Amino acid sequence: MDVNTLNTEISELLKAEIGENLLASELQYDFPVYTIKKAALLQTLSFLKNDAKTGFGFLTTLCGLHFPDKEEAEFGVMYQLHNLEKNLRIRIKVFMPKTELAVPSVTPLWPAANWMERQEYDFFGFEFTGHPDLRRILNMDEMNYFPLRKEYPLEDASRDDKSDKMFGR
Amino acid sequence: MGIDIKPEHKPEGLEGAGFFATSLDKVVGIARANSLWPLPFATSCCGIEFMATMASHYDLARFGSERLSFSPRQADLLMVMGTISKKMGPILRQVYEQMAEPKWVLSMGACASSGGIFDTYSVLQGIDRIIPVDVYIPGCPPRPEQVLDGILKIQELTKSESIRRRDSPEYKALLAQYGID
Repeated sequence: MDVNTLNTEISELLKAEIGENLLASELQYDFPVYTIKKAALLQTLSFLKNDAKTGFGFLTTLCGLHFPDKEEAEFGVMYQLHNLEKNLRIRIKVFMPKTELAVPSVTPLWPAANWMERQEYDFFGFEFTGHPDLRRILNMDEMNYFPLRKEYPLEDASRDDKSDKMFGR
Repeated sequence: MGIDIKPEHKPEGLEGAGFFATSLDKVVGIARANSLWPLPFATSCCGIEFMATMASHYDLARFGSERLSFSPRQADLLMVMGTISKKMGPILRQVYEQMAEPKWVLSMGACASSGGIFDTYSVLQGIDRIIPVDVYIPGCPPRPEQVLDGILKIQELTKSESIRRRDSPEYKALLAQYGID
């Protein structure tokens, strides 16, 4: 199945299932991407996973997004799903304002999402509601910020050999 | 082309027919210098260079350090080779604290010495922020010859220090600076 047919098919199915909660469906670099409302996240993913017509049983990855200039939708989470039988892939995106970083956890659907969500909590600070054990996974426990948010510099603040004094700028 | 050979000189002392007397410090220093047991704390590519240093071509055994100790309790020299993340910092410190005196620390490569190219939130910007370092080896990664040179520098330190190194006020002050008892 080519991506255009796949995109139309999944769009129709999602429209029938969640109606207005489907905000956008588009092809990005030959990859079907669906933006949905956060309230319909679990319903959508559960439909895509369990329905015989869709069969996206495998959660390839999920990751956090941060677009500081998108007002009222600064943060987002992307889920990439894979239909292993037909080898089809799609992405689901949800966006939220920076004031409420709560997303329902998909760990009940895919146990593998447990560590993925811990990682996104670690780097962006999302609160995955319903997650069994939401704590940092990669960074040290004492870290007091979320390093992949755009407002924090990538460089280590304690490094002192890159000052202007050293390079004569 | 003349080869510059530096013979090992005997320490200062009194010499006569059938006897040689010198201070215990110097004898123990020579013994320690030529039987250092390194603990390799290798985390990345510097560790690979260290493997080459240990192997037959460069052969660290020529300098009395062929016996690696993977237990900090029995090691004399902590060789930190590679990037140390901030999360690993407390572990490195614990390894250092577990080593028995006398102990020395060698920091190999740009990452261990300064964080190197990894100027980022997750990487410790030099191990001397958590433990005292005796010798730094620059390079990314340093060649085995440089590692050998670093070991020789440690040996010079070892020879010149007193037996009760830890009793000196400078050493106590240094450790206190790092909050290590």
